Amino acid sequence: MKVLVGVKRVLDPQVKARVNADRTGIDLTNAKMTMNPFCENAVEEAIRLKEAGTAEEIIALSVGPAKAEETLRNALALGADRAILVHTEETLEPLAIAKVFKAIVEAEQPDLILVGKQAIDDDCNQTGQMLSALLDWPQATFASKLELNGDTAKVTREVDGGLETIDVNLPAVVTVDLRLNEPRYASLPNVMKAKRKPLDKKDLADLGLDTANRMTTLEVTEPPARAAGVLVESVAELVSKLKHEAKVI
Amino acid sequence: MTVLVIAEHENGALVGSTLHTITAAQQVGGDIDVLIAGQDCAAAAQAAASIAGVSRIRVADDASLAGQLAENMADLVVSLAADYSHVMAPATTFGKNFMPRAAALLDVSQISEISAVIAADTFERPIYAGNALAKVQSADSIKLITVRTTKFDAASANGGSAAVEAVTAAADTDKSRYVGLSASESDRVELASASVVVSGGRGMQSGENFPMLERVADKLGAAVGASRAAVDAGFVPNDYQVGQTGKVIAPDLYIAVGISGAIQHLAGMKDSKVIVAINKDSEAPIFQVADYGLVADLFDAIPELENEL
Repeated sequence: MKVLVGVKRVLDPQVKARVNADRTGIDLTNAKMTMNPFCENAVEEAIRLKEAGTAEEIIALSVGPAKAEETLRNALALGADRAILVHTEETLEPLAIAKVFKAIVEAEQPDLILVGKQAIDDDCNQTGQMLSALLDWPQATFASKLELNGDTAKVTREVDGGLETIDVNLPAVVTVDLRLNEPRYASLPNVMKAKRKPLDKKDLADLGLDTANRMTTLEVTEPPARAAGVLVESVAELVSKLKHEAKVI
Repeated sequence: MTVLVIAEHENGALVGSTLHTITAAQQVGGDIDVLIAGQDCAAAAQAAASIAGVSRIRVADDASLAGQLAENMADLVVSLAADYSHVMAPATTFGKNFMPRAAALLDVSQISEISAVIAADTFERPIYAGNALAKVQSADSIKLITVRTTKFDAASANGGSAAVEAVTAAADTDKSRYVGLSASESDRVELASASVVVSGGRGMQSGENFPMLERVADKLGAAVGASRAAVDAGFVPNDYQVGQTGKVIAPDLYIAVGISGAIQHLAGMKDSKVIVAINKDSEAPIFQVADYGLVADLFDAIPELENEL
């Protein structure tokens, strides 16, 4: 089985996002960037499928700036066999990303696509579902357990009410949640080896797709800050304040 | 301009998220239709018909919609979309599952998790775990939108008398099959709609210590939540998780116990009206958003709190 994994380069989740001076987006100048955490789970799951003998080949795909090569090299160091970068310096919407993925999927013919359930920058939570729609494949979102059984997969999904289980036909798009697995770190020898693994760069314009954005960001602002709170000395004081000052109990 | 709201319902009753989504639809303006899709959902349709300000209830009652699988839900939405300027659903795991799929089939973008309606084509939405708010304008002919329910009040469930009509479900794609749901058993109020929430974090040390929080919750009529660290450590099930990737809630009172306050946790609770933090580490970031902070060992403070209430 051939597995395609999507990876996105994002601001490190430990870094606090700050709005830029002209209020058009987040200031990413010299910011620490990393692989989107949910994508790490997707890569890890693909590697485990390969280690279990289920997957023969893992292809990591990213649509983004030239620097996304670092993110793809990281995926290669973790265990992907080869990588594809569809290069654009523009920020594309999930619908456009899904169209790019579809074009690559048609060329590569994977049996399973693993992507993170959302990226922690735009928090859209759309690309996997959209890709699945464009391919006319089944989807399984927010997966915390994946079990492949020949031409179907049993997927446990984290939903608001608990854990839902569905069966999907393969090929399918699975969007993964954080509890699917615990991603590994790349070892130094594997980081070195990853430099020699194949990484195919394509230019977005050469794919001939309509990837125009449908939305315009008019302004980006900081949310209103919460007023500073107070420290209380005791549980009794806390209860008194909640009763008489905040009046919430 | 007509808005279609896709109702979230279970066991014949509307889920609260539906009423919040209706309010967002009212702010867009125009007539509001509500779609009830599922199997044996007549009772939910009747409940929806009494929501104030709704014109028409469209009911797709079919075995193929029993598990509300994304493929069949999206095809149904696509079959109805031509009648509407906007299609809106709650940004819960229900809406997030099929809405982007429907959007792609319609070749439109989805506007995820809006927190405010600025105009019929312009919306505010949180990005970067709520650390920034983006004002976005959509050029798509049909706007597919998911709604952050905590940012809109609930519409009144009574006073309306909408007409109810049946619509035909799309053909079953049979791409996927619903197997089942394992839900956490609890008599307590639901986390998403509770006005008071008591949450535990890694500081709770084990799942066996959560009954301590539950006793406090019971005295307050509160729901119990947890940080991702507590869920990852296996203290409590996933549906307890509050945060960027779990539930986003905004109760009147949120009590964070043994929770450090990681960015992704704050994203799920910082719109609460009053936040209390109890943590023995005075440097914990949770204190920066707390209205009332108590630096104390939770194993002393929580039993004391239970007695004081």
